[in-house]
Amino acid sequence: MANEAQSRDMQVKGKQEVAGAEQTRPGPVFIPAVDIFENEDGITLMADMPGVAPNDVNIDVRENTLTLTGEIKPFESQDETDILVEYEIGQYYRQFTLPELVDQEKIDAELKDGVLHLVLPKAEAAKPRKIEIKTN
Amino acid sequence: MITRRFLDFPDFAGRNPFEEMDRVRRYLDQVIGQADAGYRIPRAGVFPLVNLTETKENYILRAELPGVKGEDLDIQATDRNITISGQRTIEPDPNARYHRREREAGRFSRALTLPGEIDRDKIDARLTNGVLTLTIAKSEKARPKQIQIKA
Repeated sequence: MANEAQSRDMQVKGKQEVAGAEQTRPGPVFIPAVDIFENEDGITLMADMPGVAPNDVNIDVRENTLTLTGEIKPFESQDETDILVEYEIGQYYRQFTLPELVDQEKIDAELKDGVLHLVLPKAEAAKPRKIEIKTN
Repeated sequence: MITRRFLDFPDFAGRNPFEEMDRVRRYLDQVIGQADAGYRIPRAGVFPLVNLTETKENYILRAELPGVKGEDLDIQATDRNITISGQRTIEPDPNARYHRREREAGRFSRALTLPGEIDRDKIDARLTNGVLTLTIAKSEKARPKQIQIKA
């Protein structure tokens, strides 16, 4: 399965802009692409946020709502002139409702190479427990 | 009565009706063109999308490659061309159950012709926060020269 995915050629996917939610600051706001998967210990969320420095990502958990924001500081210097513009640069914003089973105190985040890696551990009570069947 | 009026329609009298259709098509193109101005349509359609800027001395090429490591990238340069190829790997967790899977993995290769000649020995490549930045020095010929005005 891994080999199949890697031998494929990557396709251009335009960035998706956030609809509706208007920001106080001008400029485009994009929805980062995410992978969310669950195993026995918790939920892992990976989000593509290219251009965001580790200090400029903001993760906010409030009443089961997880909000991700990533800010991009302008990095082009003043004397640069555009020749070709194929993609736009803007902030990232996305919101998720967390299932109740997440232990909100123990959320762990890391941003590396423009990918946010968020680990949401399950609360002890929510971990699946194997039920032993007693036999006489 | 209606038929007569239709046939007497001044626009068609002595004119090629195809010309009229052409005019409508041009008008529609214009309207659609204006509507599209708000979106950025990927011009090349090849991953990765790039932004290119220039200063007096350099061309600066940027591409968003989140999660791609430097050793997985191959950058080649000739007199006027740059090729960026590589691979993005996402290791799937065999024990995981996916809720969402939007991120893509795979191979990519993109060739790009720059507007002027470059000095291929002076190319600086950096990968920071998932953005590749190539600073490509222009060749002596491609740099602008200030022209002095004699009094």
